[in-house]
Amino acid sequence: MDFEYFTQLFLGGLTRGSIYALIALGYTMVYGIIELINFAHGEIYMIGAFTGLIISSVLTMMGMPTLAVIVLAGMAAIIYSCSYGYTIEKIAYKPLRNAPRLSALISAIGMSLFLQNYVLLAQTSDFLPFPSLVPNFAFWEPYSHIISSAELMILLTTLIVMILLTLLIKFTKIGKAMRATSQDKVMASLLGINVDQVISATFVVGSATAAIGGILIASHIGQINFYMGFIAGIKAFVAAVLGGIGSIPGAVLGSFVLGWTESFFTGYISSDYEDVFAFIFLVVILIFRPSGILGRSQAQKV
Amino acid sequence: MTAQNEIKKSILASLWFMFLTFPIMVIKVNTVTNSIEWRWHNMAIVGIGAFFLSMLWRYLLKRKEEGRKKDQSDGLSIVQRLLHERRFALPGLMIIGIFTLLFPHIFSMYQTNIMISALIFVVLGLGLNIVIGLAGLLVLGYAAFFAVGAYSYALLNLHYGIGFWIALPIGGIFAALFGILLGYPVLRLRGDYLAIVTLGFGEIIRLVLENWNEFSFGPSGIKNIPKPGFFGIEMSMHTTTIYIFYIVVVLVIFTIFVINRLKNSRIGRAWVALKDDEIASQAMGIDKAKTKLRAFALGATWAGMAGVVFASKTTFINPASFTLWESVIILCTVVLGGMGSIAGVIAGALLLILLPEYMRDFGQFRMITFGAVLILMMIFRPGGMIEDVRKTYKFEK
Repeated sequence: MDFEYFTQLFLGGLTRGSIYALIALGYTMVYGIIELINFAHGEIYMIGAFTGLIISSVLTMMGMPTLAVIVLAGMAAIIYSCSYGYTIEKIAYKPLRNAPRLSALISAIGMSLFLQNYVLLAQTSDFLPFPSLVPNFAFWEPYSHIISSAELMILLTTLIVMILLTLLIKFTKIGKAMRATSQDKVMASLLGINVDQVISATFVVGSATAAIGGILIASHIGQINFYMGFIAGIKAFVAAVLGGIGSIPGAVLGSFVLGWTESFFTGYISSDYEDVFAFIFLVVILIFRPSGILGRSQAQKV
Repeated sequence: MTAQNEIKKSILASLWFMFLTFPIMVIKVNTVTNSIEWRWHNMAIVGIGAFFLSMLWRYLLKRKEEGRKKDQSDGLSIVQRLLHERRFALPGLMIIGIFTLLFPHIFSMYQTNIMISALIFVVLGLGLNIVIGLAGLLVLGYAAFFAVGAYSYALLNLHYGIGFWIALPIGGIFAALFGILLGYPVLRLRGDYLAIVTLGFGEIIRLVLENWNEFSFGPSGIKNIPKPGFFGIEMSMHTTTIYIFYIVVVLVIFTIFVINRLKNSRIGRAWVALKDDEIASQAMGIDKAKTKLRAFALGATWAGMAGVVFASKTTFINPASFTLWESVIILCTVVLGGMGSIAGVIAGALLLILLPEYMRDFGQFRMITFGAVLILMMIFRPGGMIEDVRKTYKFEK
């Protein structure tokens, strides 16, 4: 076994895992609060990447300096993804809050289909080249054969986002309200928490992390198209389930486990069946440990 | 005052959507020539559209709320009453029957071919209706069973020369086996996990078919699948099409018959009970595992048979015919038509398959409309176009 190859796969898995984690957080937070799989979440990630590309191209053509382009395009992508997340919740999920779960799920699938085709019609069905926004840092040059500066950037950003999110949920007022709502919606509203606002806030925060993931992965891979959200969304969902859906540290852990397994599997066995593998992994987890690595198994109330 | 308020709300919504759709609808970047196309007219369309649609949206939501308060006293719609009134139902059925019999002779072969595809989707919709409408299990990988049926005919024919009529039940059985294979591990899962796992299953089948070249000939697919034979008589292109049309019609009638019987049988009632409340129905002595597996197996059987017919109709299959979108279209027919309702699913499938065929100019808007249909139906008419009527006992003095 070649050690360097192993290290490469390990770090590749880590990068992959961080991207999954950024998307999986949105799934797990939304699920924790309204027990709904937000199928359209992958699409928000895609819209984040598209907005980032469009705004950055416009700004570059206007002759802005690179750093300003990165910051402004990133902010625009996050703002737009949040707005989309907020609107999606208001249109497709809020009217169905008291309907059977199947209804909300079908509505979510419809939303995902709608957004994909909206971008397809309004933009293009081709792959668009995405500029690599992260420059090659000079100080990182000696290590760049192991991990490129773009990958380093992904890891660092993920780490920062995780820390900020933990702080938000643990220590702020809205974070407290989120935790309370996820435990008991009725009780939370009796105690004066505006449940609708909390749910909207959850969608906004989840969309923001998805947008960050979208820009990072797009500038790392170098191309985007309207379909990119679907498979990434499904994989992030697998990661969230693997870690225990509803649990935030679980989503991160699950994402890294999925990232590593995929990376080693494609590196050592075969790359044809990469996507098949993620799904088989999901089925196996659900059979043996349906509540995930860190999830609590819930007793069904009668 | 209220009218003013409404207009204010609509203007706000319109501004919001203009902001929301700005980068994607208005700006189009050409990355090759490095130029930007500004499409301001799109913004105007979005603004005006959002203004009126938001008014309509709030009006419909309000009406829905009022409708809920009023309590559905005369719940049956006109179509349902027509279906239940013997006076109208019998002549109606006869007219539909005669029309179907004469269809391939009145219309051109092109029309007949479209009708065959629509009827195949009717069978698929009815099959999925068993799983979703009756048993309440959301399956998103239904096209996988369709693929199993089609490939079992194609491969059996290629390797062993097995004909259409023997392949038809075999395709159904294979699909049923796959249904059980999939159903077994996911039995314990709740609705949303089930949806994702079945979606994954559908993708697994498609990816395996695409990558396993020795087995399924990969993305290039299988060519020259024979059309169904009729006691070895040679038939022209035209007669074969008519023949397949009648086969599909018979298959549809058979499906309707079986599902109608199933619905009111012990199994059917067990499905409905499980859908409504798992714990209560288990307490009443329904075997959850067996009942759910039966739903999977029976639902898959129809997809398998539809797959065999599909393969014999097109004479060429490849994995691209069995993507997630086929599953979503089938799901859409069931949701639009009415979950659990046979007449509804038939109407839904015919509408969703025939309409895009005759409105080719709007072909690009097909999938986006499907998405919107799924959302709107769930919000405003969760029962579908023709709602399923549960058997109820009415106490009359």
